[in-house]
Amino acid sequence: MSHEAELQKLEARVLAPLTNTSRAWWAWAVVLLALVVAGTAAYAVQLKDGLAVTGMGDTVIWGVYISNFVFFSGVGMAGTFISGILRMTGAEWRRPLTRFSELTTVAALAMCAIMPAVDMGRPDRLWHLLLYGRLESPLVWDILVIPTYLTASIIYLYLFLIPDAALLRDRLGENASRGRRRLYTALSMGWQGLPEQRKRLTRAGNLMMVLIIPIAVATHSVVSWIFALTYRAGWDSTIFAPYFVVGALYSGTAMLITMMYIFRRAYHLEEYLTIKHFKYLATLLVIFGVVYMYFTFAEYLTVGYKLESSDSALLTELFFGRYAALVWIGFVGGQILPTVIAAIPKTRTMEILFVVSVLANIGMWIKRFVIVVPSLSDPLMPYAWGTYTPSVVEILIAVGSMAGFALIITVFAKFFPIISIEEMAEGWEAAAAREPEPQPAPSGVLVPQPGGGK
Amino acid sequence: MSQIPPEGTTTAKEGSAPLSRRHLLGGLGAAAALAVSGMGMFTATQSSGEAPLASAAGTGKAGTKRQWAMVIDLKKCEGCVTNGKAPQCVEACNAEHFVPPGQQWIQVFEVEDGGGHKTFFPRICMQCENAPCTKVCPVGATYHNDEGIVLINQDKCIGCRMCMAACPYGVRRFNWDKPPNPPGAALASYSPEYPVPHRQGTVEKCMLCAHRAKDGKLPACASGCPMFAFYFGDLTEDLATNGKEVVQLSRLISENNGYRMKEELGTRPRVWYLPGHGQEYGRGIDDIRAPQTPRSWQEQGTTLDSVHQMDAKASAGGEAKK
Repeated sequence: MSHEAELQKLEARVLAPLTNTSRAWWAWAVVLLALVVAGTAAYAVQLKDGLAVTGMGDTVIWGVYISNFVFFSGVGMAGTFISGILRMTGAEWRRPLTRFSELTTVAALAMCAIMPAVDMGRPDRLWHLLLYGRLESPLVWDILVIPTYLTASIIYLYLFLIPDAALLRDRLGENASRGRRRLYTALSMGWQGLPEQRKRLTRAGNLMMVLIIPIAVATHSVVSWIFALTYRAGWDSTIFAPYFVVGALYSGTAMLITMMYIFRRAYHLEEYLTIKHFKYLATLLVIFGVVYMYFTFAEYLTVGYKLESSDSALLTELFFGRYAALVWIGFVGGQILPTVIAAIPKTRTMEILFVVSVLANIGMWIKRFVIVVPSLSDPLMPYAWGTYTPSVVEILIAVGSMAGFALIITVFAKFFPIISIEEMAEGWEAAAAREPEPQPAPSGVLVPQPGGGK
Repeated sequence: MSQIPPEGTTTAKEGSAPLSRRHLLGGLGAAAALAVSGMGMFTATQSSGEAPLASAAGTGKAGTKRQWAMVIDLKKCEGCVTNGKAPQCVEACNAEHFVPPGQQWIQVFEVEDGGGHKTFFPRICMQCENAPCTKVCPVGATYHNDEGIVLINQDKCIGCRMCMAACPYGVRRFNWDKPPNPPGAALASYSPEYPVPHRQGTVEKCMLCAHRAKDGKLPACASGCPMFAFYFGDLTEDLATNGKEVVQLSRLISENNGYRMKEELGTRPRVWYLPGHGQEYGRGIDDIRAPQTPRSWQEQGTTLDSVHQMDAKASAGGEAKK
């Protein structure tokens, strides 16, 4: 089958969900929207009555909101980062993955950026950050870096979307509403696929993919420094920045596997998202998982060996005390199990990897929580340990943010192809150019596994 | 002598206020004391515990700035268990600042000494020179004033609580709820030196009674302490007073093995502690009585008027004694 035919088939498959909306999609979108509305309503209550409606207090001053903030910045880190690395290294298998990877980053960072504002005692004074912002504050680093990463990720996502938008403009025709056609026309910015346009797009894309990597690393580093620049036991650590970066890559890669599985099933992309992709991402997951566990070990060994009094008290609470259940569930269920299962060839099936990736992210959310809360409940003065139980408002807002994350992705996937048609076509063209004989399928190009080049 | 302008009247909101008699007297007192003894910045009153600081704050001799410090003599602190009251420093602080319920800007802890016996430890804000809280504030709402006191501007604070995470002494408190304000507080003129009325969604803490130092008075906790355990002083002039005696600050610390809390962190607090267990008032190490729970300003029935009246009485007393 020639690459033109291949392309036509891809177009048909990928563009179908854009015009045909199933009942299931509506049901899913309505559930997500309801959760977002519930979260927003909970926030309205908090706006009215203040942070007193949360479970936080003068000892445990941060809770679910900040845990969620760290979690989303982690989930958001990997998508664009991995897409950037794979593009840079010319890994051909990236082609069907880049679009939803970048989308994951954008959606997660959008939620991540909201969380600190939700946590603020005086959201009415958000503008004080612009007026009085001090570069010495690690919080201001976050406020600078996260929107930068979000903007860069949106640009990065958009750049490779331009040819696809043009395609939609040209192909959808009467199938699309007028508003949609206008949207695609505007977004395609007059793209005709001319050599000059391609050259420019490649240049811009190359620049962004190089820029995006240090910005991604900076993002999760500054998140860690909110904690590591204080004196608190459990936070006062020199390895926190790389530790957080690796944790983010682990969590983000797991999210990509989750997303890949869901899109593959929901949008019938079986031919494009194959077991090979799952295995490759699983390999990345194992690498990040092992490095993350190594960091975890190094982190706890260096404090656990010496047992300074404050560290000792914290470690006792973490491993044997009130947080032991969470810590061990997070560690065993969220780090060891997913890493081991993803490493064993026999268990590297799509279904198992999907379950494992979800487990990994549940584990990482717990890990964020046990980074934030126990260090804060550790008393700095001789008083009792602080306690913290999230309130209904906090839980609703957290669930709402998860739903918001899923909703952004769901709605985006309704308007744009979730696999980059342009990038796939580019891969086939390049392969065809390398190997004039179209039979059998050229090496290095993704083809459906069963039946090779049909 | 009367030509010497009262120092510090140009700082903050005081700038345009007409000079009070007390300010003038304070200025005079400082000048006179300097002339006589060469070191007398404090005119102590023996009985009331109120020691009007001679200069009306701001600058001392030759334009040097006051650098306020506190020394807490634990030999004198018996947690108010011998007088059958709740810790008076805490109650005085609560009344002076209308400290929101649930908060204690000065807190008296029971701690274990090296031998396993209980001692008392009143903890105020350490007024660190290398303050972790002011460094991390994203909007500069918490800062040092030029007399070394760490203040919070609750009109600027965005309520992110980064400073609370950073403070190694756990002194900062947050107004999660709408804090009750004393009757008439809406009319009180707010300033970071006297943050009344209190604002919801912002951080608060001990500010070493910056407003009282300005008026030449000891901090509320110091003047409220019936045991004279708090020495308030100036690092520039190396002097301190507990309202009863005037001492050389550095000697007081050195001769009594003074220490600062968590010295190893490098925060350089301006609060020193002199080790002890209330022995000067006969509290033995075996005394297991715990301090009583201090009353809030509402329980004490304090109002803005009553605080003003107390102030007026105290300053009238101080003036009469001179």
